[in-house]
Amino acid sequence: MRAAASAPVPTGTPVARPRRPIAGRVALYAALAVAALFFITPLYIMTVTSLKSMDEIRQGGIFALPASPSLKAWTAAWSEACTGLKCTGISDGFFNSLRILVPSVALSIVLGAVTGYALSHRRIRGGNVLFAALLLGAFMPYQVFIYPLVRLFSAVGIYGSLAGIVLVHVIFGLPVMTLLFRNYYSSLPVDLFKAARVDGAGFWQIFFYVVLPMSTPALVVAAILQITGIWNDFILGLVFAGRDNLPMTVLLNNVVNSSQGEKLYNVNMAATILTALLPLAVYFLSGRWFVRGIAAGGVKG
Amino acid sequence: MTNSSRPAPSVVVRDLQIRYGGHTAIEDLDLEIRRGEFLVLLGPSGCGKSTLLNAIAGLLDVSGGEISISGKDVTFAEPKDRGIGMVFQSYALYPRMSVAENLSFGLRMNGVPKGEIARRVEKASRMLQLDPLLQRKPAELSGGQRQRVAIGRALVREVDVFLFDEPLSNLDAKLRAELRVEIKRLHQSLGNTMIYVTHDQIEALTLADRIAVMKGGVIQQLAPPIEVYQRPVNRFVAAFIGSPAMSFFDGRLDGDVFVLGQVRIPLSGYAFADGSRDPGAPVTLGVRPEHVSVAGAASGYAFDGRVAVVEPMGADTLLWTELGGQPMSVRVDGERVFEVGQTLRFTFDPARLSVFDAATGERV
Repeated sequence: MRAAASAPVPTGTPVARPRRPIAGRVALYAALAVAALFFITPLYIMTVTSLKSMDEIRQGGIFALPASPSLKAWTAAWSEACTGLKCTGISDGFFNSLRILVPSVALSIVLGAVTGYALSHRRIRGGNVLFAALLLGAFMPYQVFIYPLVRLFSAVGIYGSLAGIVLVHVIFGLPVMTLLFRNYYSSLPVDLFKAARVDGAGFWQIFFYVVLPMSTPALVVAAILQITGIWNDFILGLVFAGRDNLPMTVLLNNVVNSSQGEKLYNVNMAATILTALLPLAVYFLSGRWFVRGIAAGGVKG
Repeated sequence: MTNSSRPAPSVVVRDLQIRYGGHTAIEDLDLEIRRGEFLVLLGPSGCGKSTLLNAIAGLLDVSGGEISISGKDVTFAEPKDRGIGMVFQSYALYPRMSVAENLSFGLRMNGVPKGEIARRVEKASRMLQLDPLLQRKPAELSGGQRQRVAIGRALVREVDVFLFDEPLSNLDAKLRAELRVEIKRLHQSLGNTMIYVTHDQIEALTLADRIAVMKGGVIQQLAPPIEVYQRPVNRFVAAFIGSPAMSFFDGRLDGDVFVLGQVRIPLSGYAFADGSRDPGAPVTLGVRPEHVSVAGAASGYAFDGRVAVVEPMGADTLLWTELGGQPMSVRVDGERVFEVGQTLRFTFDPARLSVFDAATGERV
């Protein structure tokens, strides 16, 4: 469009060029700018506040840049802030979250991919019923399940353990993961599966040699959904992880809401940014895939 | 091709029934295919031809009946155990594997020794001129090359029966004609049984030893191409085969004379089917465009017609005229010049016509 606009207009031939609706453009960019500002402002305030000293914060002026930027609040948030009785920062939470995240993401994706594959082209007896049940699960608010699951888990003896919280994440991740992979695999040509069957490949051979190598887009989207979802989880971690495995989000809440002493806004801000760092990194690294992930996750509402 | 003295059939289908839910796709279908025969299943979409092929391949559960291949009952056997290779319309190449890996995949899955795999892949790629392509991915191939790889994937299985599911339908006209010849050559050099599904009558006529014309899950006619073309068993087959299409005239019989309004066409020389026929029955007369000539043959039925439309098609020209008030197409030499409005004398030989019962559509 640019090139066309800057091309020399032949003189003497008054050709009426289609006018771009400039007013509409201006309104559009204004709206976008306002929306961007709305989301960037809190991030800006958090960042500058985390770099200020408490004295400077007390003076007000939350939009002001820090007079002498310092990372003291950040180190405090990471290793000194009090999360309840312990004062070792939220670093424990970071590693707990990683320990929860890695197996939960891996297991839920693997299970979702296999289930989605089984439900896509294979005509399995009762497959549609199973899929309908899974879909129902995807739309059910999971808070409903918390109490029964607590009873169940404590009966089995995995309540308050790493295994317990991982299992919870896998269970709650399965409906959306299955839906995602089933839809992706259903979009693959059915002849491919037929050809593989004629070639003598079985259920798992088709999965590993034919389907999985074609799954990169679905795998990336699934990973984005699960990493951000599980990392940002608060209530499941609080309920199921147990005292020793509390995820970063829970420790962040403990830091921010600790009732003793003065509210250390700079430390709170630093801790919050630290906690949000991993999903932010996923967002920046995955780029366009992230949008697809959001769109796919839109199913869950 | 006919070197085996005993006529052991290659593929036998008996009383085949296929139902999806409440819908019956195929009911009581019988079909016997000779060893080394090239059989084409021809019909419009939804006629059950692909369903039948998939059932023979074992990719579809049958509701009843029996399928045997090379003398073995395979009704409930897995596709890989049926001794078949299959080529799909969408090529169905494994996109993340190279051509060589695509060709060898089935053999690797079935634990064929490495040396044997190399030998078979080498042989197939030589037959199909795939050597320079072996390390490429399917995405780097043209449509025609992809389909050759897909054919190669069936070849390396070294099986008795090859199944083709509309293999050329995704290709442009020129490539289609090229690959058609290639498939025919392949059949001649291999001598395998081939079952080929298509909706393209040209493919059917050029490739087949026998054509099975299907409609509504029922085989209408199973015969060599020439017979299907010259003596279609019913009006459906007559209309489906032949391009430009046969012209039809709805009239009635008066003894051995076809009556069309004021026009009376004596059918002397027409081979009526056996059995009694109602002398005054309403019938449809079918005339192929090339069976009508312009003031040529002295014998046969002659009439004067006005040229309504002229369609030059290169080698031939199609003239549209009228007989008894109903449109009729006539195929003439493309080098002769005709003009719209001209009145010509047309003749045709009653022996080459087709007459169908107007109610049932069956040939009489």
